[in-house]
Amino acid sequence: MAGNRVAVVGVGQTKYAAVRDDVSLPGLLREAVFRALDDAHMTMDDIDAVVVGKAPDFFEGMMMPESYLAEALGAVGKPLFRVHTAGSVGGSTALVAATHVQSGVHDRVLTIGWQQQSVSEAMWALSFPIPFQQQLVAGAGGYFAPFIREYIRRSNAPDHIGIQVALKDRLNALKNPYAHLHEPDITFESIEESFMLWEPIRYSETCPGSDGAIALVLASEDAAEAAAASSGVPPAWIHGTAMRSEPATASGRDQVNPDAGKECAADVYAQAGITDPRRQVDVVEMYVPFSWYEPMWLENLGFAPEGEGWKLTEDGVTQMTGDLPVNCSGGVLSTNPIGASGMIRFGEAALQVRGQAGDHQVDGARVAVGHAYGGAAQFYAMWVVGSEKP
Amino acid sequence: MTADDRGDRSISTLPEGLWTQPTPSVPVDLGDDPVRRQVVPASMRYDYTPGLASTRFLRGLAEKRFLGERCPETGEVYIPPRGVSPVSGLPTTEQVEVGPKATITSFCVVHIGFGFNAPPTPFVSALFLPDGAAVSLYGTMGEVSHDQVRIGMRVEPVWVDDDQLTESMENIRYWRPIDEPDVPAEQLKGHM
Repeated sequence: MAGNRVAVVGVGQTKYAAVRDDVSLPGLLREAVFRALDDAHMTMDDIDAVVVGKAPDFFEGMMMPESYLAEALGAVGKPLFRVHTAGSVGGSTALVAATHVQSGVHDRVLTIGWQQQSVSEAMWALSFPIPFQQQLVAGAGGYFAPFIREYIRRSNAPDHIGIQVALKDRLNALKNPYAHLHEPDITFESIEESFMLWEPIRYSETCPGSDGAIALVLASEDAAEAAAASSGVPPAWIHGTAMRSEPATASGRDQVNPDAGKECAADVYAQAGITDPRRQVDVVEMYVPFSWYEPMWLENLGFAPEGEGWKLTEDGVTQMTGDLPVNCSGGVLSTNPIGASGMIRFGEAALQVRGQAGDHQVDGARVAVGHAYGGAAQFYAMWVVGSEKP
Repeated sequence: MTADDRGDRSISTLPEGLWTQPTPSVPVDLGDDPVRRQVVPASMRYDYTPGLASTRFLRGLAEKRFLGERCPETGEVYIPPRGVSPVSGLPTTEQVEVGPKATITSFCVVHIGFGFNAPPTPFVSALFLPDGAAVSLYGTMGEVSHDQVRIGMRVEPVWVDDDQLTESMENIRYWRPIDEPDVPAEQLKGHM
């Protein structure tokens, strides 16, 4: 990985919920920022720069809210930088924040991702009328479902795989007090019988719409060691960072197993010295908004050969008790403030290698992958974090 | 039902130490019910300028024709054209008529109705690859039961009446099956 060493020394999340109307948007952000600074044993005064990402403004009806939110973001009098990459924005934002430290320009950078899905209709915002784009009549699920259908056709995966993923993630969410959906009564049968929305996607195989925010504090080597000495919690060292994108519409593009995702994974593994991700990675937080994306991304990210990702799911490998636990936090399937969802994956990966994941901690996790995707499955962001210095 | 009944382990949404509220200088009784949400309707109207490549495409639609444009490097035809190849980045200069017959590259069955002009549910939202084109168009299926639709199915567009034709994709009411053999799915990979 190019540049100076950088580590995550603070992670702060809000309680995620369908509607967080108990606080204003600045209040919501302060909740995450406060917890992250508290975790890092820092105050706003210690922060050199702020990097933020959120959902497209059209989803929330407010242009450039980062300007009026400067106080809540702790950015008064400091460089404030915003990143835009659709659903992957939380991941991309954390990576841009990392470059602020890797470059040597800053020592302590606060990065924040957020969304209040409740304030407007993201589904409608995705279904622009003609003539801006071809009419998408059924929102994000209607967009992604045909590629899931094609994955099932190619891989001959049985129908229950998607249900298994949803059951695992929703049960994992019960171990995460911040998760939006806590459904202790959920069963395989209740998922199977849930309403078919965008066949082959059922209601219970779909992410919710959530309000919430996450904040991370990234620090240079000296600042990270100082923070760890003060807080007593080890840093999550960043071993690799990568972003890739590809056009939404291009001949030869395979949305079932996109090249940009494969290249992003190959790059981040090379930086982290990972040659066999299935064996060398202890825990993964990947962006799975619809259950079938777990097996699809297991293949795309090199954890399984093409067409065989579903077998890892079926065999329980991705359960918390398996040898490659995926989305121990409950994942996007249990919590989806879109603008924050990518950063939550990155932050949860950091929590795992810091030993701070609470009831959903994987014992002895040393190397973790955070992954986000966005747009028409065209934007990718990943990082590898570890308990050891790179 | 309480939070505990839902298995929802409580965490404070207002971390201790985060808020220090000064005593209001003008006392206001907030009661138990502070103002939480206010509905603020907003709408936008755009005057859209499509550009030359899109103009050719839209004029073609008004004549029930699909006009794509060819990438000078790969030779593949893009539709709707944007005047540039997304693969090579080069201007597309050659216009090519494609379709109107097409092949379903993939689809889903939609059971919830929303969006602009969404048809009654269940309906099939599909990707249609016009003959001669390299990428698919979005649309919906008609004149067939949703459980009869297949990847590789051959289809044609059903247009609005001639006196209703405008410069719009809305000229296509829906797509319907035609009596031709399915295209093998493997040939459609990379063209969804």
